Amino acid sequence: MTMTLALDFAPPGKRVRQESSRDDRIKLGFMAVIGLYLIIALGAPLAVMLSKSLSTYRFDLAAFEFQVSDETGANWGPVVTAEALNQQLGAITDEELDSSSDGRLAATKFFPDFSFRSPVQYRIRGTSADTAFLAGSTLEKGTEWREYDSGTFRRVVLRPASSLGLENFKTYFSTPALARSIYNSVLMAAISTVVTISIAFALAYGLTRSCMPLKGLFRGILTIPILVPSLLPGIALVYLFGNQGVFKDWLMGYSIYGPIGIVIGSVFFTLPHAFLIILTALSVADARHYEAAASLKASKWRTFTTVTVPGARYGLVSAAFVVFTLVITDFGLPKVIGGQYGMLAVDIYKQVIGQQNFEMGAVVSVILLVPAILAFAVDRRMQKRQVALLSARAVPYSPKPNARLDAICFAFACLVSLFILGMIAMCQIAALVKFWPYDLTLTTKNFAFDLMDGGGWAAYGNSIQLALLTALFGSLVVFAGAYMVEKADGFRLGRGIFHFLAMMPMAVPGMVLGLAYIFFFNNPANPLNAIYGTMTILVVSTVTHFYTVAHLTALTALKQMDPEFESVAASLKQPFHRLFFRVTVPVCLPAILNIAIYLFVNAMTTVSAVVFLYATDTKLASVAVLNMDDAGDIAPAAAMGMMIFYTNVAAKLIHALIARGLLARTQAWR
Amino acid sequence: MRHAMSIEPTPTSIHRAPGEAASYLEITDLWKSYGDFVALRDISLSIAKGEFVCFLGPSGCGKTTLLRAIAGLDLQSHGKILQGGRNISSLPASSRDYGIVFQSYALFPNLTIEQNIAFGLENAGRSRAEITARVTELLETVGLSAHGKKYPAQLSGGQQQRIALARAIAISPGLLLLDEPLSALDAKVRVHLRHEIKSLQRKLGVTTIMVTHDQEEALAMADRIVVMNHGVIEQVGSPTEIYRHPKTLFVADFIGETNQFPAKVLPDGQVEIGHSAFRCLTEDFATGDTATSVVRPVDIIPHGAYAHAVNAIDRPTTPQNLIDAEVREMEFLGMFWRTRLTAPRLGERTLVADFSVNAVRRLQIETGGVIQVEIPQDRLLLFPRGA
Repeated sequence: MTMTLALDFAPPGKRVRQESSRDDRIKLGFMAVIGLYLIIALGAPLAVMLSKSLSTYRFDLAAFEFQVSDETGANWGPVVTAEALNQQLGAITDEELDSSSDGRLAATKFFPDFSFRSPVQYRIRGTSADTAFLAGSTLEKGTEWREYDSGTFRRVVLRPASSLGLENFKTYFSTPALARSIYNSVLMAAISTVVTISIAFALAYGLTRSCMPLKGLFRGILTIPILVPSLLPGIALVYLFGNQGVFKDWLMGYSIYGPIGIVIGSVFFTLPHAFLIILTALSVADARHYEAAASLKASKWRTFTTVTVPGARYGLVSAAFVVFTLVITDFGLPKVIGGQYGMLAVDIYKQVIGQQNFEMGAVVSVILLVPAILAFAVDRRMQKRQVALLSARAVPYSPKPNARLDAICFAFACLVSLFILGMIAMCQIAALVKFWPYDLTLTTKNFAFDLMDGGGWAAYGNSIQLALLTALFGSLVVFAGAYMVEKADGFRLGRGIFHFLAMMPMAVPGMVLGLAYIFFFNNPANPLNAIYGTMTILVVSTVTHFYTVAHLTALTALKQMDPEFESVAASLKQPFHRLFFRVTVPVCLPAILNIAIYLFVNAMTTVSAVVFLYATDTKLASVAVLNMDDAGDIAPAAAMGMMIFYTNVAAKLIHALIARGLLARTQAWR
Repeated sequence: MRHAMSIEPTPTSIHRAPGEAASYLEITDLWKSYGDFVALRDISLSIAKGEFVCFLGPSGCGKTTLLRAIAGLDLQSHGKILQGGRNISSLPASSRDYGIVFQSYALFPNLTIEQNIAFGLENAGRSRAEITARVTELLETVGLSAHGKKYPAQLSGGQQQRIALARAIAISPGLLLLDEPLSALDAKVRVHLRHEIKSLQRKLGVTTIMVTHDQEEALAMADRIVVMNHGVIEQVGSPTEIYRHPKTLFVADFIGETNQFPAKVLPDGQVEIGHSAFRCLTEDFATGDTATSVVRPVDIIPHGAYAHAVNAIDRPTTPQNLIDAEVREMEFLGMFWRTRLTAPRLGERTLVADFSVNAVRRLQIETGGVIQVEIPQDRLLLFPRGA
């Protein structure tokens, strides 16, 4: 007998199928609902966007036929196509025929002696059923003749025909200014990654391998950048090194607007992400490896290169991909500090908001998806291996004092903290003084947001509302979804698809998600069109944008629960929801609170997805920072950025208090 | 299916052989496959009411899979299960009638001991007072009355185990399933709890199935043992049957320790091992068959002091299966001595024999000495080669 016997003699009868219990049906229903949410909030919009990027719009002049009457309106001239007319006139160039989904071409352009007061009658029809034109706001289609007097004919416009193909991509790559953004984005992301990872590794090394003082304080300072929008370092850099910057001379004639600013700002806002990942990787070090190295008389450097670095390599790779993705998909920072330096994420914004060219925006989005998905896929592979590394039983490493090493680590941590605090302090000062650096009198006028464009204090209120709603509904949806993935037995395929959908948002840049939402929800044919321009769509997009990290947090907490709880509850004939509310939720409460605060902080700072989706009465604080900066009100922009920072600090404190209070009551068993 | 069962002894005979009484659990032609891998192959088994049955086998043999199929946690691919006459083959776990204890105990960490035990009692139309009374009773039964307000993490492994047991029997299930309940515990606690579980089971008279990979545990606790390997049942029998009359080489080897020698069957109830003929039971074999002969170390009898029996002929007969052996190594294991012997007549192979401390002292057995040992005729077992 071998272990892998093929079913060569099949057992008798049909396969046994389990009768479904009420619990199973409820779970299935729940999973369907949350799965549907992810499909509507993610899958469908992305699919629509992809199809948009492949749609080209062009006026097909051969598809329109005209007939013009004489002054009496009774005798009709010959039937001519618009193409024939244009050949005679040359009124419209070939390039002008390329259009977008919103393209309109006035029919009168083909009739140079048109006058809307003349008694001449006009007829128009298509040569195919799909040919479309508008008379006023009425859409007409098909091969029937329509007759208009000249007054109405003035308002007849032709609509372009759409076709599927790679035309948009061809156009993109043949436009040097656009295609160059790919190179720029990759270059900026690569440089920022190298710099950030080096700094983050040195810091994490100091915190785990030296006995430097004030470790807790440094850890706190290093997470500050998470609490501010990525626009804020941009604004700080403008104040520090901009045209009126105090330290402008330090740049030796180079401008902060462009690559230099992008790299410095990117390092600022990606540092905490890289730092936390590498810190975790270094924390799991096995003391026995160091003892072995010491007993073999290995030098410090050799120990570093053969024990420390290899032990953290998955963490390093993972952090590198996270930073790369963050930089290449970030929109706020290059918008503020990038100057004329084209970056992909900003291109989407320019194409959509500036030029209303949605198809080209979709093309850039698809291009931006490529590096993000690539980075994501490699990272997932790495994470899987990291698990195997962690499962080994290790003896925790505790560093021994070493005056020189400790001093170097401490000095370096001080330097980086100075950089972070300096940037924040710069914004704080800018927000509080009259006119940096010429008039340093304190003022609150920069906080009078209602006097500026951008949305005023209402925008700040909206942001708080968005953050609270996102935290509330996000943690509910995410935790319930993760529970279904982890604890529902059966429905293997459904759970697999669900998990894949939950992992996807990580690879989808906010700009791309926002644009996809425009395509999907702003379509009048979509029954969900009603949520467009409301707070609901902002909440949905934000929950979806930050879904993955929250999902993984919930999954980790659920995986730590005994997998047999469900079996025990079933044997005791208790419905699953009783177990869920009495055991699962209380035990996972710390994780749920962490998810909530994560969603809150990110909802406060995010710009990328919501910048396409806010309406006049749902303006947001982070978007206000962007718009005020755009309008030249940099000091108020800094002030609003600081408001977001204060709010997040307060939220963190409240979270800590609630967590402590709740945990004392519900986690007595720990 | 829930019937009021008190914690009074029920008049159930526990040593009833299958077939004698109507069986409580009847498993017929059960298969379980994962893709091409067959985890259970054509399992049929019948368990009487009140019986304590152990599924025993190495890891991956299918014993836990079988238990989970009975519980409805991992449904079998094919086959039928009847419990108390009711067909439960395709019922979901929550519609079956059993209590279960897992290796991890799966106690709810955020609920007190009392709340854990009461978990299955609530939601079933019982009054508060009834539940409290039942919980108190159960806590007494498992001897942990003082710990009702504590959380699981504050109890020792053995105590947690007993709480898990109390929670499982709280709903008075018709069937108690124990999935390696003792393997996470220290050796001493394990032996103690073994006894406790067994006596509780006797007291309740509840039909019980325990999965274990520990043969000692199975021998000590079970009324009947089901030995499994590679997804099939190798043998079903009482502990003594399994130990003394293993049906296959696997069972012989898995339960207790063995010396194994290649053998050739000779006429007249003899086999050739090494250069000698030994008497043993050869009924199932034909002359000339090759076989594997097995003898347990504890079954070898020392006859002590060197008594030279000259056997110059090629194939000496040994009427009493007596051979001379040199003591190569002796290992003191507390309760007995484990010795490694070599005998020219067994070829180059080492014979492991366990001698009591008494015997060693009396017969003055020591390393390097030569002794005469007997391989009792009825303890020398034969199995087909390669099985």
